[in-house]
Amino acid sequence: MNLLRFFSRSPQSAPAARERLQVLLAHERASTGDSELVTKLRDEILRVIAKHVKIDDDKVSVKMERGDQVSTLEVDIEIPLDAAKKKPVNSGKKAA
Amino acid sequence: MGKVVVITSGKGGVGKTTTSAALGAALAQNGEKVVVVDFDVGLRNLDLVMGAERRVVYDLVNVIQGEAKLAQALIRDKRLETLYLLPASQTRDKDNLTPEGVEKVVTALRSAFDWVICDSPAGIERGATLAMRHADVAIVVTNPEVSSVRDSDRIIGLLDSKTLKAENGERMEKHLLLTRYDPVRAERGDMLKVDDVLEILSIPLLGIIPESMDVLKASNVGSPVTLAESASAPARAYFDAARRLKGEAVPVTVPGEKRGFFGKIFGRKAA
Repeated sequence: MNLLRFFSRSPQSAPAARERLQVLLAHERASTGDSELVTKLRDEILRVIAKHVKIDDDKVSVKMERGDQVSTLEVDIEIPLDAAKKKPVNSGKKAA
Repeated sequence: MGKVVVITSGKGGVGKTTTSAALGAALAQNGEKVVVVDFDVGLRNLDLVMGAERRVVYDLVNVIQGEAKLAQALIRDKRLETLYLLPASQTRDKDNLTPEGVEKVVTALRSAFDWVICDSPAGIERGATLAMRHADVAIVVTNPEVSSVRDSDRIIGLLDSKTLKAENGERMEKHLLLTRYDPVRAERGDMLKVDDVLEILSIPLLGIIPESMDVLKASNVGSPVTLAESASAPARAYFDAARRLKGEAVPVTVPGEKRGFFGKIFGRKAA
């Protein structure tokens, strides 16, 4: 087993570690406290939508992928046909 | 109803997070539904070891504070369908971890999963005591080294006094997982032997994980060692430990005790 591994050198893992850390730390350093951009956007988008539509918490799916150059934010909200007619309960407070 | 397992040690750097990822994956690889929960608020790393660090949306504190639903915070592993991660918060203070909040989350997870694996932070503070609070089973991760054994003894004391089970007068099931075991140094007599550690701590042995490059490589690429190098010695040791955790009787082999011809020649010189 050892000999086999010696001859068929598997690709090194350290470069992968380096790259993963660089991306992760770039994102962590750029954010202080809770103010990471993608997190901020996520919260504000949800708030804006909640102003107009009553959102069912179970029908919301949020995905983020932090990339090297580009991050993606995917907000998937099911809005029922009659949702716009129903006024959300606390829209006044949230709009302030 | 699933089982709640806490991975704890007192001392840092002994392999709690590696073990949480590897054992969680090993159970999931056998078809069990598993969630691993990172309790290290402020210094999370389980996401990194499991390769999910870029996909964290919500975390344990968000769920406890009611800012996100539990289902929204769970991250499903990209490789194993039945393996999920609940990450810790990186930015919040650990005071946000309330006993009531943790109880609610653990209760909900227990009813949805076969195994709830709680990765404890080092130390004996709030995060560590909350991680062990609701456990049915404790895995004490120990290195064969004096300070680790001492801290493990301290943690065993806490498991027998500060957990819900202990407070209800029940017996907490505890297992010892010996990690970073180096057979060459053990043979030379420079490392505590398995029997020494077992005698001192006197809790049953769940497994012995040999010190290995494969563990380091697996965390480099962000994959539990049971997935990244499933045929390696540490992976096999974790698979065996997972089977013992499920109640199977699998005999424990001490690494190095049945080394082959090549191992005998090269193994000793290598150290």
